[in-house]
Amino acid sequence: MTGTGVETRQPASVRRRPIGSLYAGNARAVMYRGWRATKSTNWLVVVSGVFEPVFYLLSLGIGLGSFVGTVTAGDGRDISYAAFIAPALLATAAMNGAVYDSTWNVFFKIRFARLYEGMLATSLGPLDVAVGEISLALLRGGAYAVAFLIVMQAVGLNLSWWALLALPAVLLVALAFASFGMGITSYMKSFQQMDIINFIMLPMFLLSATFYPLSVYPPGVQVVIQALPLWQSVELVRSLTTGAVTVGILWHVLYLAVMATLGMILTTRRLRRLFLD
Amino acid sequence: MTTIRLPESEALKRAAVKPRRFGAWYVAEHRLRVMRSYVSTVLVGAVGTPLLYLFAMGVGLGALVSANLGPHAVDGVSYLQFVAPALLCSAAVTVASEELTYPIMLGFKWNPTFIGISSSPITPGQIIDGMVIAVTVRLVATSAIYWAFMLLFGAAPAGTAVLSVLIATLVGLAFGIPVMAYVATIQQDTGQIAMLMRFVLLPLTLFSGTFFPLTAMPIYLQWIGWLSPIWHGTQLARIVSYGAQVPAWLIVVHVLFLLVLIVPFWMLSRHIAKRRLSS
Amino acid sequence: MSSPVIVASDLVKQYDEVTAVGGISFEVAPGESFGLLGPNGAGKSTTMRMIGAVSTRTSGRLEILGLDPDAYGPEIRSQLGVVPQSDNLDEELRVRENLIVYGRYFGLPAAHVRSKADDLLAFAQLEDKAKAKVTDLSGGMKRRLTIARGLMNDPRILLLDEPTTGLDPQARHILWDRLFRLKEEGTTLVLTSHYMDEAEQLCDRLVVVDKGVIMAEGTPASLIREYSTREVLELRFGADHNASMAERLKNVGDRVEALPDRVLIYTADGEAELAALTDADIRPLTSLVRRSSLEDVFLRLTGRSLIE
Ligand SMILES: Nc1ncnc2c1ncn2[C@@H]1O[C@H](COP(=O)(O)OP(=O)(O)OP(=O)(O)O)[C@@H](O)[C@H]1O
Ligand SMILES: [Mg+2]
Repeated sequence: MTGTGVETRQPASVRRRPIGSLYAGNARAVMYRGWRATKSTNWLVVVSGVFEPVFYLLSLGIGLGSFVGTVTAGDGRDISYAAFIAPALLATAAMNGAVYDSTWNVFFKIRFARLYEGMLATSLGPLDVAVGEISLALLRGGAYAVAFLIVMQAVGLNLSWWALLALPAVLLVALAFASFGMGITSYMKSFQQMDIINFIMLPMFLLSATFYPLSVYPPGVQVVIQALPLWQSVELVRSLTTGAVTVGILWHVLYLAVMATLGMILTTRRLRRLFLD
Repeated sequence: MTTIRLPESEALKRAAVKPRRFGAWYVAEHRLRVMRSYVSTVLVGAVGTPLLYLFAMGVGLGALVSANLGPHAVDGVSYLQFVAPALLCSAAVTVASEELTYPIMLGFKWNPTFIGISSSPITPGQIIDGMVIAVTVRLVATSAIYWAFMLLFGAAPAGTAVLSVLIATLVGLAFGIPVMAYVATIQQDTGQIAMLMRFVLLPLTLFSGTFFPLTAMPIYLQWIGWLSPIWHGTQLARIVSYGAQVPAWLIVVHVLFLLVLIVPFWMLSRHIAKRRLSS
Repeated sequence: MSSPVIVASDLVKQYDEVTAVGGISFEVAPGESFGLLGPNGAGKSTTMRMIGAVSTRTSGRLEILGLDPDAYGPEIRSQLGVVPQSDNLDEELRVRENLIVYGRYFGLPAAHVRSKADDLLAFAQLEDKAKAKVTDLSGGMKRRLTIARGLMNDPRILLLDEPTTGLDPQARHILWDRLFRLKEEGTTLVLTSHYMDEAEQLCDRLVVVDKGVIMAEGTPASLIREYSTREVLELRFGADHNASMAERLKNVGDRVEALPDRVLIYTADGEAELAALTDADIRPLTSLVRRSSLEDVFLRLTGRSLIE
């Protein structure tokens, strides 16, 4: 196979560093390539992604908010409807950006462009590819998040200093979705199967207490919704931007951290199986 | 060599009678056959979309709205009944944009099947007509399913609500056909379609009096609704669905607006296709 | 003689700046097999597309089966089979479906189209691929499918733009055989090719086109007689020496042509010339005496090799 050179060239180091054959410490090369490719294709499409949550905020926050009135926050305060949905849109934007980059983009590269085969034929290992792609997804998700946070700040929807922590929180959200998304994508064989990803994302977006509080659901349904990764993300970000912070939000952090780790392990295994075995 | 006008060439002139008459239907048949290859996606979308949106936006968001404003706060009906016709029209627009963006780009450029078709007796205009017929079939089917779910959810109280299937189909075409005309002119793909979705489709969906009456919007954003087939169609669908009060002149405006987006842009698309395929 | 099925006179196609076809005239008789030869960009495909009634001519006269393509496009196309230079099969449909859908475009009944599709799958040796996706076919298989598609309507005129490009030698010979059979059944063939052997095998008559104009016209044999010699002596002296040797040999034979990789000497008797060179102590790395071919005609007329 193409990539076995990595292993045969340094047999000793494989023993010393168990991930030696997986990781050459050069994820930057993968990121650099992705960055160049984005720049040369259509940066406008990438940059304009930030407008999507802004449109939602304008429409639902201002329009719908004007007659929905207020919503009760986690700590019992009444907050404006716009302040309620803005963090949800922020978390969703991070999810969408990360999932797009780590699924459609990666799918295309695995199945059509045969990009990874070429990369793994060099000294790069599967983990370099995974880390590189996921970091790129994070970078993009992070950029969207900063831009959207600035918009929120400008229209007064960050209700507390805790909102500063929303940025790392959103990066964690992006990391969790990106690493998982990439792992799942490695199983996908056709565009039809890729549609499954949309069939999962859209309901999650609409149902994860994005546009209305969880209390709307009957208790049984609430448990199901709470198990969704987007609900965890929304709750985490919402607590921070509205300032309704309790120790309990660490559970959300733990959930997302576990998801990210599992995703990373899955992705590396799969890339190894697909390209190196 | 003198021009031959043998009886043979007279007979020949009648050789393409069927393609001349039914060509557009053959193209539609072709297109529907292609749709069959992703029929599962179409079906899941057709059933899942109404279920999901009616539940999330109608019932879920509706619970929040009526908790704050009472059960008949919007246009004299429940939030679910208010929002359902708009969701129906938005769904139609989504379907139309699926069928009339990438498939058009594909046919002209990426996998130039239109070039293949045009070496048969079919004319470029018939290719466009066929695409329109096929998307109409899908629009009617998905809208009918949507309407059935509206009944199920109790979101369409008036008996005339079945007419909203027709209205949604028109809305889909009113959005899809101008988009098709534009896509047909694209020579180099630089992500125009993604931009179109983001800066035209999404704002039109969000600012068209979908989730709240257009008048609840600040005045400087209301113009978007006036330019949006979704708003014009939704208003019509609200009339048939729960008897929304709309002055007669405005009904005429709504209908005319939809037709103006359909008919001239359809003709334009045929013209563009002809120019492009017989250069 | 029966009247021609294609009449072109002073046919011109202008694209903004480029004159793709600059006034060509020819006629094709029914049942004839007619070839267009020329280097890349000569205007072959453009001519084919005008004959196929899918490209509007800029000026000149064109009649296909006695009809003007501007007015009777669908009628003309209903009698044509077209194999374009680049395949445009529908990749969203399966192999057999491609044939069925295309057949329907001629207004043929569904049952007829289905049985015709099966016949042609056999013809193209794609029976076991009937249900395969088009994207899973090899290049040569796609080509065969495109050719099969062009036959769905039992065309009176078959237009083949580089039909065998991408086919392996065996597939090429099979296709030639099929084309012979169609010709025997009375189908008129119009084809372009870069392969000289193909043109010699298939064409009753051909024109050599360059830069949108006709350089020569005739049967393969007459063109060889007129523009070449009976035999050709090919000599290789190594890449660095070919040009200088050609200069030294310029008075040998009827004519000398220097190519980057070899020197061609046109002569009636190749062996005799070679013997003379050996006597003069000129020793090429390799030498070959062969019969003259259309390739040589082509080189003579356009100054370029056909396959670039
Ligand atoms: N649609 C078009 N627009 C502009 N120029 C064109 C177009 N089609 C062809 N041309 C130009 O017309 C000329 C003739 O092209 P054509 O495709 O007919 O050549 P050809 O003889 O078929 O060449 P090849 O052997 O490479 O297939 C070329 O210079 C080409 O660039
Ligand atoms: Mg050509």
